Amino acid sequence: MTALLEVEKLAVSFGTMRAVDAISFTVESGEILGLVGESGCGKTTAALALMRLLRGATCTGAARLADVDLFSLDEPAMRARRGSDLAMIFQDPATALHPTIQVGDQLVETLRTHLNLSARQARSRALDLFRKVGIAAPEARLRAFPHELSGGMCQRVMIAMAIACSPLLLLADEPTTALDVTVQAQILDLLRQVTREAGMSVVLITHDLGVVAGMADRVAVMYAGAIVEMAGTDRLFAAPRHPYTRGLLASIPALDQGWDEPIPTLAGSVQSAFEVPGCRFSPRCPLASEICRSAPSLREVAPGHFVSCWNAA
Amino acid sequence: MLRFLAHRLAQSVVLLLGVSIIGFGLMHLAPGGPLALYTINPTVTAQDIERVKAQFGLDQPVAIQYLKWAEGMFTGNWGYSFFGGQQVREIVLDRMPATLELMGTSLFLALMIGVTIGIVSAVRRNSVADYASAVAAMIALSLPTFWFGLLAIYLFAQTLEWLPAGGVASTSGGDLVDRLRHLVLPVAVLSFVLVAQWSRYTRSAMLDILNQDYIRTAEAKGLKRSRILLNHALRACLAPLITLAGLQLPLLVGGALVTETVFSWPGMGLLFVNALGMRDYPVLMAILMVSAFVVVLGNLLADIAVALVDPRVKLGYG
Amino acid sequence: MVDVPAAEIILPRPAQRFGALRRLLRHRLAALGLIVIGLLAIGSAGAPWLAPYQPDDIDIAQRYAPPLSEGHILGSDDLGRDVLTRLLYAGQVSLSVGLAAMLVTVLVGFAVGAFAAYHGGWVDIALMRLTDIMLCFPSVFLLLFVAAFVTPSLASIALMIGLTCWMEIARIVYVQILTLKSADFIAAARMVGAPSWRIIFRQILPNTLAPILVAATLNMANAILLESYISFLGYGIQPPAASWGNMLTNAQSDFQVDPWLAILPGLAITLAVASFNFIGDGLRDALDPRMRERSAGALR
Repeated sequence: MTALLEVEKLAVSFGTMRAVDAISFTVESGEILGLVGESGCGKTTAALALMRLLRGATCTGAARLADVDLFSLDEPAMRARRGSDLAMIFQDPATALHPTIQVGDQLVETLRTHLNLSARQARSRALDLFRKVGIAAPEARLRAFPHELSGGMCQRVMIAMAIACSPLLLLADEPTTALDVTVQAQILDLLRQVTREAGMSVVLITHDLGVVAGMADRVAVMYAGAIVEMAGTDRLFAAPRHPYTRGLLASIPALDQGWDEPIPTLAGSVQSAFEVPGCRFSPRCPLASEICRSAPSLREVAPGHFVSCWNAA
Repeated sequence: MLRFLAHRLAQSVVLLLGVSIIGFGLMHLAPGGPLALYTINPTVTAQDIERVKAQFGLDQPVAIQYLKWAEGMFTGNWGYSFFGGQQVREIVLDRMPATLELMGTSLFLALMIGVTIGIVSAVRRNSVADYASAVAAMIALSLPTFWFGLLAIYLFAQTLEWLPAGGVASTSGGDLVDRLRHLVLPVAVLSFVLVAQWSRYTRSAMLDILNQDYIRTAEAKGLKRSRILLNHALRACLAPLITLAGLQLPLLVGGALVTETVFSWPGMGLLFVNALGMRDYPVLMAILMVSAFVVVLGNLLADIAVALVDPRVKLGYG
Repeated sequence: MVDVPAAEIILPRPAQRFGALRRLLRHRLAALGLIVIGLLAIGSAGAPWLAPYQPDDIDIAQRYAPPLSEGHILGSDDLGRDVLTRLLYAGQVSLSVGLAAMLVTVLVGFAVGAFAAYHGGWVDIALMRLTDIMLCFPSVFLLLFVAAFVTPSLASIALMIGLTCWMEIARIVYVQILTLKSADFIAAARMVGAPSWRIIFRQILPNTLAPILVAATLNMANAILLESYISFLGYGIQPPAASWGNMLTNAQSDFQVDPWLAILPGLAITLAVASFNFIGDGLRDALDPRMRERSAGALR
């Protein structure tokens, strides 16, 4: 049996700049895959590449969603799948919604684009969706403009729009980063609930390991455009193998840590990574040695646990 | 909305007051004063001057004169022309329809063409068409309008004899076709410049909007490109373009003046230039005030329109 | 934390400046504009040596000579004066009026904007209201209104154009300074006790220079256009002195007798104005990539 989403050697470059470097991963039906990495590591770019929404970029590789190669579809066929087979939620709900169109209309528009509904049917479906994502007083909220809603409420609208046509796959790009901490948990709960209910697969993109720990079934860690480690969530947190993953986990402040103890940080910055020959993490890596001058590739170190490092213990 | 309206209305009144004070001040601080032309004329004696001054109330303190004049402006008594003694209000308002006809037609045409060009250049960014329209617009904005008008008259009226050279209608007839034929050249010249401006404005506003997150959301929803452009992008474009239309009004009015003088179009612009030659200050002041009034009113309308299309405005956002 | 040597932080600035110049030159139309303006400036400034005749050499025998005729490369006018000669001398007048008007515009605009923003309070309100009010007048009307009762001279025309066009720059400076005022390095300068004028000239002026430079270039284009129009109507530069605008005074009849006589000065104006517009556009791109997509075009 094949996975719902199979990404093979996906590479994205802007001119000579390589933003995503031949990453491969799969997402099973109903699975939540966490895609983790620091800003600029290419996680959002990878997601936009799957949506084929990148402008001025060259994408190579293959991405099969339910055995359909997304990259070989013509534009109208791809357009028909966007929003219906695969949907996306963006980071900042305040700017991702059109500022001068009522949120209800924005939702109805999605419904009527993909489903053969009358205006009235779409309206009542929109109402159901608003209820489903926990928006109070949904009738009134349908007529609201984004600026009249809170950030969390806007993200609920975005989620309603994304799940409106019951997509097979949901790409959630930092869905809680722009929100207040108290709202973050609510939105994550909602996301988990609605996707589980519908058996939807999710690629959850985030820089926050805490979010991943609570949500994802499996985690892929990205560094400088490449996946450096991939494993089941529990295993990754319990037994990280890649030095970058270890560094990331070590930099999470623990509750029992003293206030004056320094938080361990990763020395150096990601900026030089794209110019380095061989392993891109080597300039910052405590384990770097001669062999790191040639690029490592992902290898399976334990069942379902992949690491791309020569020195991984 | 009501508070917003009241606020903008109050602002407009302040602006108009300022406009009238500056205009009135300019006229009276000028060397020679309002009666400069009389004083040069050797057949006019000093007594005549005094008599005229008294007749027009020019012997009173400037502040009193201003108040009287402002009151007159407000109540519709705009004074009398220095030449011929006609009611200024009648002279000026007689010319208003011709100017509005020229300005309105040109603006409408320019918006249709300019906005279209702007959208196409923004969507086909950095294409040959984009560059060509950019260069063409820049050159169009560099043409002296009066010379361009004369050139157009030379080519299309005198050499090719396709169209009349000036005026609103032939002396013999005045049917619709004849009037339209007279309208073609002045409107073409005035809208040429406007199209250039609007294509640039629209392009930059569109580029700004096409990079917004909500356009990407619309794409991610699987909407058709035409729907994204016309429903999402153009709708977002509306507010900045309307604001610009308001801000552009002085240039439009100025452009209309130049065009009118070249094509002997009997509007307020031509009247202004003629009155200028005769130093007919009451007429000049009235036109200056009316044009500034049109600008202030236009901006007020533009703001209200923006508040109608963009729900964020009246709450003090955007 | 790794210590970064101070030199490394300071170094990039000069490099960026050269970058701006290079970007300006790479902007092909701006480079072309610079060349054209250079040629026009050299031609006008060198008119006494370059021009084949004196600007007021009248030759009744050679009236309305067509271009390329013997002795008159660009023909002669209704009094037999050499058109090329007059175009060169007119260039002196038109370009200097443009330059002087632009300087007045920048000076007045900067003074008003800087004073309003820096002083704040009622000065701010009064000056910016004044700016708003002045913006309500179509500048052509205002200019003609004033021009009609001033004895025209090169200086008075430049002054009038400058005094009716300063509002745009005032607004740019005002907004820039308000933004800068809250910037950290200004607060730092205040904290070490630098006097206001010093802050304005040492900190604020350099930081507002880029947008002012762009606006000034576009204003120059605008000033040349305005001068040509009021001179064309007879309220500007007075004959026998030539400006590109007043060479067109008889354009309406010239078109029937000798079209070139009406076409050439107009072309000269267009060429100069377009060059300044292109340079302004190029400067905008070169000095601040963020301003790149802003609206273009000279105000008229």
